Amino acid sequence: MKIMNKILLAVFLVTAAAATGNAQKKNAKIDVAEALKGYFKPVTTPYATPDEKGFIRRWMMLEPISKPNSTNRVFTDTYTRENLSVEYFPGQYTVIPKDGDKVKVTMEYQPPVNLTSNRPAAPQGQQPKFVKATLTWHALDSDHFFVKLFRFATGLDKDRYGVIFWTVTVINCEEDIENVRLAVGSNKAARWWVNGEELLLLAGDRHMGVDSAVSDRITLHKGKNILRGVTMNGPGMSEFCARFIDDTGKPVRNFTITCN
Amino acid sequence: MATAIAAMMTIAASAQIGSPYIHDPSTVVECDGKYYTFGTGGGGLISEDGWNWHSGGVRPGGGVAPDAIKIGDRYLVVYSTGGVQGVRYGSHVYAMWNKTLDPESPDFGYTDPIDIAGSNGYEDCDGIDPGLMMGPDGRLWLVYGTYFGYLRVVELDPATARAIGDPVNVALSCEAGEMMYKDGWYYLLATHGTCCSGVNSTYEIIVGRSKYPTGPYYDNLGRDMIHGGGRLLLASEPRRIGAGHFGRFIVGDGIEKFSFHFEGDLDRSGRSVLAIRPLMWKDGWPVAGKPFENGEYSIVSERRGYSLELAVNNVPMNTGARGLSRNADGPVVALEDQKLSDVIGTWPEGNIDLRIGPELFRPHQAWVITEVPEAGGYIGGAYCKITLAGTDRTLTATADREITTVPEFTGAPEQLWRIDQLTDGTYRIMPKLVPGTDQELVLISVADSTPSLGVFDPDSDNSKWNLNKH
Repeated sequence: MKIMNKILLAVFLVTAAAATGNAQKKNAKIDVAEALKGYFKPVTTPYATPDEKGFIRRWMMLEPISKPNSTNRVFTDTYTRENLSVEYFPGQYTVIPKDGDKVKVTMEYQPPVNLTSNRPAAPQGQQPKFVKATLTWHALDSDHFFVKLFRFATGLDKDRYGVIFWTVTVINCEEDIENVRLAVGSNKAARWWVNGEELLLLAGDRHMGVDSAVSDRITLHKGKNILRGVTMNGPGMSEFCARFIDDTGKPVRNFTITCN
Repeated sequence: MATAIAAMMTIAASAQIGSPYIHDPSTVVECDGKYYTFGTGGGGLISEDGWNWHSGGVRPGGGVAPDAIKIGDRYLVVYSTGGVQGVRYGSHVYAMWNKTLDPESPDFGYTDPIDIAGSNGYEDCDGIDPGLMMGPDGRLWLVYGTYFGYLRVVELDPATARAIGDPVNVALSCEAGEMMYKDGWYYLLATHGTCCSGVNSTYEIIVGRSKYPTGPYYDNLGRDMIHGGGRLLLASEPRRIGAGHFGRFIVGDGIEKFSFHFEGDLDRSGRSVLAIRPLMWKDGWPVAGKPFENGEYSIVSERRGYSLELAVNNVPMNTGARGLSRNADGPVVALEDQKLSDVIGTWPEGNIDLRIGPELFRPHQAWVITEVPEAGGYIGGAYCKITLAGTDRTLTATADREITTVPEFTGAPEQLWRIDQLTDGTYRIMPKLVPGTDQELVLISVADSTPSLGVFDPDSDNSKWNLNKH
């Protein structure tokens, strides 16, 4: 029986890997600029600056990692922390990727979904199945103050519900900037780090509001500061916005933003 | 049985009675003396008095989250359908007209629905949850959308309900939109939070305002609703969870209510129920009033700040320190309030008239206000009896358009009182009936010390009272 299970799992993984491979081939044909038109543009300049209101628009964005969430009610503090603590790929909390870098991930399988249908319900009581996939990092500038994760996924023809979006960017300061707060609006649950220190855990069925949660005061150090955010959604839209604000709530803008 | 009765009383004290079960209610509309609201899935609720609701409303078309408005001598009803042509967020908003909302009327009959707005399933909008508003200039506006992208506003032709011009994005990640206008501001009401999960819903009504119907709508902190802003109007109450689908109902000058649903009512099996609450205004923002609570109150005039009281001798309290001595020596002790038993023997038998006097929290100034569920109600409330605390002595309207107290409550209509919280937070107190007249009269301060009955004037403090709970 155990042997049969292993055989079935092996067949499943091969099939899933083949499907993933097909997706990669399909992805290779996608014109990213065209696919993400209206929401993102591929990075073409050496650095960016915060927009007028301080929002950070340049991000390295990893194609979504499957994490089935059939409802947005599951995002308790514990669920969010636990499911965003799983190691999906090595170095996930430290990597500073380059555009086009590939990442091999192990992720939970779920049937495909698109805008024309709901996702088929998972069979009751069935153990989760895991598949391996290769995902790509994309260096992008958002056309908006927010980062429309949902359109990043749909534009690249990836799964868009019940997924995890891994995003990272580099904040370059010419001098220490003290007493700033990371301010994030997030649709849906998320964790955020600066220089490896976790600053925000955003749980609940939340919508994206500007500055809906802010961190304690921190210092952005002279040189490179790594800002990392991981957002997990269920059904529906997903997006975030992030900026640094000072003690008076005004945006902090005296830094540049790069992807590495 | 006693427990069951107590439970019913609890429900009556804070929710519409009857069978007010509905999800995504349309704004309550009055038609020929009855009240109507429609919900998701078709059908709707009817009430003869605005308090006791039952099923019976008729709305064809199915779909979700309708809204209704009276325009001229017709009623416009809009509703939406999703999943158009198999596309998850492809939606249509339909409009239809009726001469009456009363399905028993010979004039009842909807026009064929026409498609007035929607979404194609691929844009950042899900065109459901329509809300209607007639502006002060006679222009008709429709807001629609859900959490999938933006809420949009589009102008409609008030003669046909067909869209005029292009829709404008006004809010992000909201649903259950509705608009209203007051004093130069357009207000956009919508919801944040989880819908449709019963008592686990986190639905909440938020609001922003703009000088223009097409926005931008800002909250009290200056956050644009298109950036996720929104000032909270109402989320939940004790025992009732998840407020959504705001609808404004103007009773008259100075008196407004709003209808909505609670996603889960813990006193009613966690069902979604219709609710109606006072709508107040403070510093240019709508504020949700609370449901009336039975209890002991001082009834204090807005005119003078004095308290409604029996016209009896003010019996001194023979206790405690007096005069100018500081009495620095000796222990400090808490003194008892004056008790009813200390003074009731000094009061006459029979009817006792009333006056308004300085608030001293004495027995002749303490009133128990209690809903009388079997006496019926009005839009958003049940009729109450007002008795002197510890007695059955009852506030009563008289045929000479004055007030008095009678020794016992009989349930007569002149002993029943409608209590409406006004838009400024004070209260209008009105007898169900004044003997010998059909005129609607309310409790007024005709002088600093003299109560009477008179015509309600929303601009006069003489017509307003505060209910200070003991």
